[in-house]
Amino acid sequence: MSDQLIYAMEVTLNGLMAGVLYALVALGFVLIYKASGIFNYAQGVMALFAAMTLVGIMNGQVPFSHLINAMFGTHIHHFGWHVPALIAIILTIGVMILLAWAVQYFVMRHLVNQEPIILFMATIGLAYFLEGLSDLMWGSEIKKLDVGLPQGINLWLDEVTFNIFGYGFFVDNLDIVATVIAALLVAALVAFSQYTKQGRAMRAVADDHQAALSVGISLNYIWVMVWSVAGFVALVAGIVWGTKSGVQFSLSLIALKALPVLMLGGFTSIPGAIVGGLIIGVGEKLFDFLIGPMIGGATENWFAYVLALVFLVFRPQGLFGEKIIERV
Amino acid sequence: MFYREAGDFKTSYKQDNQTFPIKFDRYRYYVVLAFAFLVIPFIINDYWANAILLPFLIYAIAAIGLNILVGYCGQVSLGTGGFMAVGAFACYKLMTSFPEVSMFIHILLAGGITALVGVLFGLPSLRIKGFYLAVATLAAQFFLVWLFNRVPWFYNYSASGQINSPERDVFGIIITGPNAPAWATYLFCLIFLTICAIIARNLTRGTMGRTWMGIRDMDIAAEIIGVNPLTAKLSAFAVSSFFVGVSGALFFSVYLGAVEVGEVFGIQKSFLVLFMIIIGGLGSIFGSFAGAAFLVVLPVALKVVGVDLLGWPTDIVAHFQFVIIGGLIVMFLIMEPHGLAQLWRVAKEKLRLWPFPH
Repeated sequence: MSDQLIYAMEVTLNGLMAGVLYALVALGFVLIYKASGIFNYAQGVMALFAAMTLVGIMNGQVPFSHLINAMFGTHIHHFGWHVPALIAIILTIGVMILLAWAVQYFVMRHLVNQEPIILFMATIGLAYFLEGLSDLMWGSEIKKLDVGLPQGINLWLDEVTFNIFGYGFFVDNLDIVATVIAALLVAALVAFSQYTKQGRAMRAVADDHQAALSVGISLNYIWVMVWSVAGFVALVAGIVWGTKSGVQFSLSLIALKALPVLMLGGFTSIPGAIVGGLIIGVGEKLFDFLIGPMIGGATENWFAYVLALVFLVFRPQGLFGEKIIERV
Repeated sequence: MFYREAGDFKTSYKQDNQTFPIKFDRYRYYVVLAFAFLVIPFIINDYWANAILLPFLIYAIAAIGLNILVGYCGQVSLGTGGFMAVGAFACYKLMTSFPEVSMFIHILLAGGITALVGVLFGLPSLRIKGFYLAVATLAAQFFLVWLFNRVPWFYNYSASGQINSPERDVFGIIITGPNAPAWATYLFCLIFLTICAIIARNLTRGTMGRTWMGIRDMDIAAEIIGVNPLTAKLSAFAVSSFFVGVSGALFFSVYLGAVEVGEVFGIQKSFLVLFMIIIGGLGSIFGSFAGAAFLVVLPVALKVVGVDLLGWPTDIVAHFQFVIIGGLIVMFLIMEPHGLAQLWRVAKEKLRLWPFPH
């Protein structure tokens, strides 16, 4: 077997793993979109906020310490304790639920019945707000996040592939763990929306707001719940990405990467998010590997968008999206 | 009192159709123009020009351009930064290839080239709508920035990958490069802004503007009553990109002088201009000015208050700026979806009735 082909296989494998990570972010988008018709641009920043809060709680940082120091001339920065990862994660989930409630109470409640594009812009505003807030709360320096996920090259796979092809594939343990987590998360979400009372209520709201209201489902409650679940997904994505590349501003940019994933998969489909993520992940890695060197490299920045753009021209609702029917 | 139509008689169709039908508005417009052209150039200094006036003028052109696309035609675009980069690089190539041609022509040509690119990336708008289109325009943003980063021909094979604006003059007055006097750069941008605003104002109240608004309000209905969506959408993309290209060319050649494309024309720039028109008011030329002024002055004001008065570290003030801008966007969308322009309209309506309540 030629070397080129073997390298391409390794790249494909890594692309699949990267695709799972994109899908993880895209899931949060799909959840909120399905339940409330809001395209939540702030999902990426929520992942950043969740990861920063997690690190802050684990290290016992004082929130807003820089601001307090600047205002009162004090020099506080840490409480001086360290919180175990599990407790910190639970506390962070609490913070994300609080955030979900605040978003619903202060923003989305007032924007009911507005056009989707207005809601979209409101979430862009929300993204800016959260970005500034998380930096103010926890400081803007790059932080290391370690909740005990394994990292480094997977030796077993390296050995197996070496025996077969005479060349060991490099696959990060973290990517494998992320794949497992993503699979579990999807299974849990599907089970939640299919088999629990809340999940059914959520689907009812997604179907028709007014009909759901008339059978006694509280819209406010469902929306807070949906934003909380999205916050939880953001936390998971934040943990995985934060462990991979440190908790920093660029984490919020993964939201932008999730957009083409969504357009490919369709905004309303959970399996679509996964498949879209995989296609984008593999596509951009392979394109960069095969065509990239000919045209100057770093094509990962735009390939996903152009792929999605070309795709949309032929199928405007995405792979698994509901057919768009327009009437006057 | 004096702000009303009473006694202001129109005796011809031309007068009836003028841009500012109310006498007070008309005089205010002349006074503002006279002040901008005849007074400010004499009192301007480098700090005011570089911190506030030049960015305001240039962003106002970009905001008018984006407002035509988003506010009038309803096609949300997140590719403004990329199109500004097209304008900047087109201007750079023209400036360095044809040094003897006037800057006026270069800037207009740069706008024209951007319009062509805009039409190209506007083609998908015929098939896709809403935020699907918004995401599709991100393709333009990332692809264009990547292109200018990676193809050395665009930056004349310079080692740093930056483009630097060479010194050029108009009628013997230097307007680009470090030696350009503040008043000259200011006037140069002001002339472009004035022309752009007049063109935009008259386009949007004519047939073209009406077809755009028809497409915005309901494209299928507009198509049924005979609006051609192809020409309407693509003309909006072309006109909008032309303005954005002009502003990008001015931003590079007159204001910054040296540009590193990823930093200056990144996705943040697209959002900034989008925020300007949301805060200023979608579908309003005045709103474009108000939004641009607001978002240019806000960071400067915050810096003066936070860093100079309170003595806080710069990074905390920068974070506050994010919080405030984000909060303002949300607040405007909730309380006043039509932006500052609507506040202005309400104020004028009140003035007309004053001193009576109804």
